[in-house]
Amino acid sequence: MHNPQLNANGELTHLLSIEGLPQAILTQILDTAASFMEVSAREVKKVPLLRGKSVFNLFFENSTRTRTTFEIAAKRLSADVINLDINKSSTAKGETLLDTIDNLCAMHANLFVVRHASSGAPYLIAEHLRSTGRDDIHVVNAGDGRHAHPTQGLLDMYTIRHYKKDFTQLRVAIVGDILHSRVARSDIHALTTLGVPEVRAIGPETLLPKHLDKLGVHVFHDMDEGLKDCDVIIMLRLQNERMTGALLPSAGEYFRHYGLTPQKLALARPDAIVMHPGPMNRGVEIHSAVADGGQAVILPQVTFGIAVRMAVMSIVAGN
Amino acid sequence: MNLEITNGRVICPKSGADRSNASLFVTEGRIAGIGEAPAGFVAGHTIDAAGCVVCPGLIDLGARLSSIEAELAAAVAGGVTSVVVPPDADPPLDEPELADRLVHRGNEIGKARVLPLGALTLGLKGERLAELAGLKKAGCVAFSQAKVPVVDTEALLRAMEYAATFGFAVWLQPQDYWLSRSGIAHDGEVASRLGLAGIPVAAETIAIGTIIQLVRITGCRVHLTRISSAAGMHLVHRAQHDGLPITCDVGIHHLLLTENDIGYFDPHARFAPPLRAQSDREALSEAVAAGWAAICSDHTPVGADDKLLPFGEAKPGATGLEVLLPLTLKWAETAKVSLSTALGRITAAPAEILGLPGGQLAVGAVADLCIFDPDATWQLTAESLKSRGKNSPWLGYMMAGRVKATLVGGEVVYRA
Repeated sequence: MHNPQLNANGELTHLLSIEGLPQAILTQILDTAASFMEVSAREVKKVPLLRGKSVFNLFFENSTRTRTTFEIAAKRLSADVINLDINKSSTAKGETLLDTIDNLCAMHANLFVVRHASSGAPYLIAEHLRSTGRDDIHVVNAGDGRHAHPTQGLLDMYTIRHYKKDFTQLRVAIVGDILHSRVARSDIHALTTLGVPEVRAIGPETLLPKHLDKLGVHVFHDMDEGLKDCDVIIMLRLQNERMTGALLPSAGEYFRHYGLTPQKLALARPDAIVMHPGPMNRGVEIHSAVADGGQAVILPQVTFGIAVRMAVMSIVAGN
Repeated sequence: MNLEITNGRVICPKSGADRSNASLFVTEGRIAGIGEAPAGFVAGHTIDAAGCVVCPGLIDLGARLSSIEAELAAAVAGGVTSVVVPPDADPPLDEPELADRLVHRGNEIGKARVLPLGALTLGLKGERLAELAGLKKAGCVAFSQAKVPVVDTEALLRAMEYAATFGFAVWLQPQDYWLSRSGIAHDGEVASRLGLAGIPVAAETIAIGTIIQLVRITGCRVHLTRISSAAGMHLVHRAQHDGLPITCDVGIHHLLLTENDIGYFDPHARFAPPLRAQSDREALSEAVAAGWAAICSDHTPVGADDKLLPFGEAKPGATGLEVLLPLTLKWAETAKVSLSTALGRITAAPAEILGLPGGQLAVGAVADLCIFDPDATWQLTAESLKSRGKNSPWLGYMMAGRVKATLVGGEVVYRA
């Protein structure tokens, strides 16, 4: 099957998902991001790679944090950035997703950064651009439904590589609501593609998707067992709405079984790092002593995120 | 007028008779002879069926006619001479007047025969019974909830008791409301990978289990539509084996496609019930080959605007009337089933489910016929379809099997 993310030369033209990308492209993105780390430390934090290009941040679902980091990244690449909060404009007037895209193309967009509540929405946009012959317009998925959040996955990989150097000796645990998490899916594909030998998923059965083993993941229901000897722990945010259905009885019971406390963290390797895509729920999935402790790398993740997003945008749409 | 269809391969799936280079004779809308001309027969008109199969017209157990003229033209272009129409139209077919109007309109257009299913409950809401006897009188062949589950089991019990009183058949699509309401794809590997909310197989088996128990109590004759899973088919077959009056059908797309065909979120691969795993597809195929289930197109025309959406927002279903025959031939090839057996699943088997005499070639039978070239290939494109529904996972694919002519009551209603 044709991979919609790659052009005829096998180069990245859209970033829609980590799944299906070769290891070489992931490494290329991480290496490019490393070269941009220095830009953010300069007094003039700009490079001209997207000069004259227009980046449209299309957020069909609210997000301040991700949108802001994409905006900063695009500006550091010298692009013009237009933020569109679609919830409040076009679709409210009945315009379809693809009509919105056509209109923005007519305004000479070069790159769409898309967040959407429906899994697969960025694929629909990419396919529409292809079938209408607009191969020079690119799409970066900033989170679609439960499906993927590839730039978050990549910044997580950047963080792991920064602290652990080599992927091929690691034991990585992802803890929490994997069923509803696009971050978890992107992390799983990135970790397995980069050669991590053991990826673990820890959570109650109600928050784990079926057939995780087919993705090369070892499932644990007991957190103590799952954390044992891990090098990296990725905590996931637990949305408050998960408590209203029959998925979980209460935040308190969840924290007792799956919250990361200093005692639980002690089961991992002494040099294990703790990651979280944010925003955190302190006292629900993570204890403050861990979130603020010496093993947490949650704030560096945010910093790396800007360099990673610069790398992705410059690779797909760069001059 | 007397008509002779010459040189065809004449297949009657019901009797299994399969004659090559035979003629079929039609007088006054009925079959007057097969092989040998009846005494004194003079053909006023001849159709040369050399290289073609002559078989009973297809009977489709489920086709939505959103724009009735276009869809009935699509039916006969696909060799379909009778279409069973589910009641989930707008408005739902829950009043005798609406059924009457639909049948009348169908007769006026004069292409395929229209066999409406009346709504079992008012507005398909699963609460109050529709006027079943009145609907029957207006031409409804059975009663159905289309794809809408009856949530209230007591309401379903009462509806089946009432239908059984009059000897009416009830058609149900087995789907547990609670387990299916928020899902959009089979709760399997693909849904996990793509982050699509899942519909477990248990949504189907729980509903089938409930219906089987209610059939035991009420004796109501039930037809289960669009079985999608191996476990569901197993339950139906066991109930049939126990002698319960239960039949079932499978959508043609479920015989050929699986969850893997969703690919990169292709909205054309969204169906209700969802496409399931490879093992489910194989079990359905074996069941149809064994004669436990009929095949149905589940024709669902969906406008482009309702398909050009993210997978979970796109309307489920595919156009079916014009692909039912070629896809059934394709299935026959992959399942290693004889042409006659395969044709039986879209002619004789549906006729038996409906309790109608159609679906056979016999002297005296009504001449609803399909003449097709099994080897002629054509490319499925939006333009090639007469249906308003251009929604198909097969767009761009080559189809083998092309209808040359379709006859309803001895009249040629379609000619390629």
